[in-house]
Amino acid sequence: MCLAVPARLIDCRGTKATADLHGNRVEISTMLIPPCKPGDWVLLHAGFAIQTLDEQEAQETWAVIKDLRTTGGKR
Amino acid sequence: MSAVILPHSEGQTAKSLRRLTIAAKALSRPVKFMEVCGTHTMSAFRCGLHSLMPRNVTLLSGPGCPVCVTSQGDIDQLIELATDRDVTLCTYGDMLRVIGSEGSLEQCRAEGADVRVVYSSLDAVKLAAENPQREVVFAAVGFETTTPASAAAVIEASRLGLENFSILASHKLIIPAMRALLESGDVQVDGFLCPGHVAVIIGAAVFEPIVEKYHSPCVIAGFEGPQIAAALARLTELVVEGRAELENLYSQAVTEEGNLAAQAIIQEVFTPADWQWRGLGKLKSSGLALRFAYAKYDARTRFNLGSPTARENPGCRCGDVITGRATPIDCKLFATACTPVRALGPCMVSSEGTCQAWFKYHHVRTPKKVEAGS
Amino acid sequence: MISANNLTESGITPATGQRISLAHGGGGQLTDDLLASCVLPRLANRALNELLDSALLPGVERLALTIDSYVVQPLKFPGGDIGRLAVCGTVNDLAVCGARPLGIALSLIMTEGLERRMLEDILDSIAAAASEANVCIVTGDTKVVGRGQGDGIYITTAGVGAAGTHKLHPDAVRAGDMLIVSGTIADHGMAVMLAREMPQVQSVLKSDVAPLNHMIEQLLRQVPGVVFLRDPTRGGLAGVAADLAARTGLHLTLLEKNIPVRPETWHAADMLGIDPLDVANEGKIVVVVRPDSVEQALDALCADKHGTDARVIGIFGKQNDGICELRTCMGGSRILQKPYGEQLPRIC
Repeated sequence: MCLAVPARLIDCRGTKATADLHGNRVEISTMLIPPCKPGDWVLLHAGFAIQTLDEQEAQETWAVIKDLRTTGGKR
Repeated sequence: MSAVILPHSEGQTAKSLRRLTIAAKALSRPVKFMEVCGTHTMSAFRCGLHSLMPRNVTLLSGPGCPVCVTSQGDIDQLIELATDRDVTLCTYGDMLRVIGSEGSLEQCRAEGADVRVVYSSLDAVKLAAENPQREVVFAAVGFETTTPASAAAVIEASRLGLENFSILASHKLIIPAMRALLESGDVQVDGFLCPGHVAVIIGAAVFEPIVEKYHSPCVIAGFEGPQIAAALARLTELVVEGRAELENLYSQAVTEEGNLAAQAIIQEVFTPADWQWRGLGKLKSSGLALRFAYAKYDARTRFNLGSPTARENPGCRCGDVITGRATPIDCKLFATACTPVRALGPCMVSSEGTCQAWFKYHHVRTPKKVEAGS
Repeated sequence: MISANNLTESGITPATGQRISLAHGGGGQLTDDLLASCVLPRLANRALNELLDSALLPGVERLALTIDSYVVQPLKFPGGDIGRLAVCGTVNDLAVCGARPLGIALSLIMTEGLERRMLEDILDSIAAAASEANVCIVTGDTKVVGRGQGDGIYITTAGVGAAGTHKLHPDAVRAGDMLIVSGTIADHGMAVMLAREMPQVQSVLKSDVAPLNHMIEQLLRQVPGVVFLRDPTRGGLAGVAADLAARTGLHLTLLEKNIPVRPETWHAADMLGIDPLDVANEGKIVVVVRPDSVEQALDALCADKHGTDARVIGIFGKQNDGICELRTCMGGSRILQKPYGEQLPRIC
């Protein structure tokens, strides 16, 4: 039961925050991590941030969505 | 905008697969590694990793899907609460289709039981707060990744002074399971792929005693295909070098000591208890029970449920499958009486169950193994 | 049968209640009132206005006939609603068989207590979708069931079409033929699932529900090399691809990195542990096309606003095993099978 995904926080209020996953915004709990601020990246599992992430590492580690117009594939 | 999924670095993936191939060639005998996390099972299959592995390296699925290791008795208690006790039962989606001795939560829902799928444990607490006239029970299943969420739910319910909220605690601990596997002597594994997100919570250091006592290399890995490939390469290299070591390849998220805040709330709310596992029997201190201070949130005492009774479907070999003693095709029921449409055991029902993964991705006929790098 | 016009002539004052009652389904004056005040003003056309028991349609050589029921929850979701879905779904089922839609029969089963406002909005959607598809609702039926016996409204649409001349059949698929998808996948299913299971998520996701008959008509007119069409609704792209492989008996290989997915769709699916390949689409088609017609087919699709993200995603191989294989982004391989029912958010 380990499904966790990286997300960016767009606002933080005490132990609650709004996480953004590429246009999907969800209210989450940040009670398990140190106080955070908008722009921070976290690892999100079942509505809880379970770890803070370094932004660059987050971008590098997880699957990246690229615009097909700039990559391979027909057309 | 149109888009496509690409792993971060195709160069990195190719490099890991090359290292795996080179290390495999240097092996003096075939090796078996075990992953103990259902999400690893799924990821490995979905990214096609099995088709890329050298023939002398096998990745077994261990007792990592908590749905699979949840004994039928636990599931029966959830069903009893939903059907006979008229509670609002909140559960993660994973549990909905697991079959107890008489049907599943999904079937109960179809027959009118109030079963709700929630994304977060706090959604269940909110439901209870908004519906004081209803008893709300949350199915608290999962390994250490998920346990803090249940602890947080109990703490929140306590803070709100709720009188109508409780949890059916069925959480499991990963280290006792790994120990039990190694102690049993039944299962010959040459190393473990350790669950990255469990390690986020409990830390890397707790795997050290496993390495030392059982001389078993352990590599902590994330869940993207390239990360699993890199971990398998490292495990194979460690075996070739004859070194039993712990390596953390998921340092982006896993620290030595883990998430201390999460560990603290788990400690506050739960205490280790002996627990029944499918396929492993009763394991000492392998599960979590609610502490006395939070006893009022224990659905078992609130509803007088007693201890779950262990009952398994005859012929079902889920226990053997999740302990690596058998593969799904060794089970006579696999793909005959037991299919994802009509699942007899949790390994087939669970979206991360080994049997379902094999059925979906593997069973028809595996395409010929693709040579790494082609 | 009372027509829209003579209702007021007879001096009957139409009831203008806020909710649908059982009486609205009784076939009596209240039903007439509902038709006159709610349905006809929105869907009016010569055939429907007659309010006869059947609509008479212009003659054609061969007919295509299809039927589908729509029970989606929630009734309204980002990008559409059950009404739009009901029209587009049936129009598309006709179009992928090469048929030109001639008319749609519309059945509404409402639950007592349904807000009239909701019914009106759904009818507006139906009218708009029909107009986009250039098809009329030519006949219909309304019923009302008791409170608790339904989910607000169920809609069934049957569509009649004039069969085209372009031969489209899975038996015609050969080794070497290629598979195109007309655009990004999983948008509809993920938008609906989020709206239903996770209303707390604010998402930019929108259903792709749209009538594709014009796009398909152009495609078939310009590209004789099109062999077969399907729309990947329930069961998603995986379901259709697995079916195609099984039905043709050929080995179908799909390339994961060519399959277009919007980032927001992919991330929503990832968060919930769902595979986008298993998720329904309501504004997309897959096209099997001869290899020498691929460029033409892509041109025809991309020229339509519903096909701008069209991509080649697969090829039928010589092996006669009926298997659909996905070549993953990692360079590995796995079998693609039809999903086994409802997609559920998971944490595992």
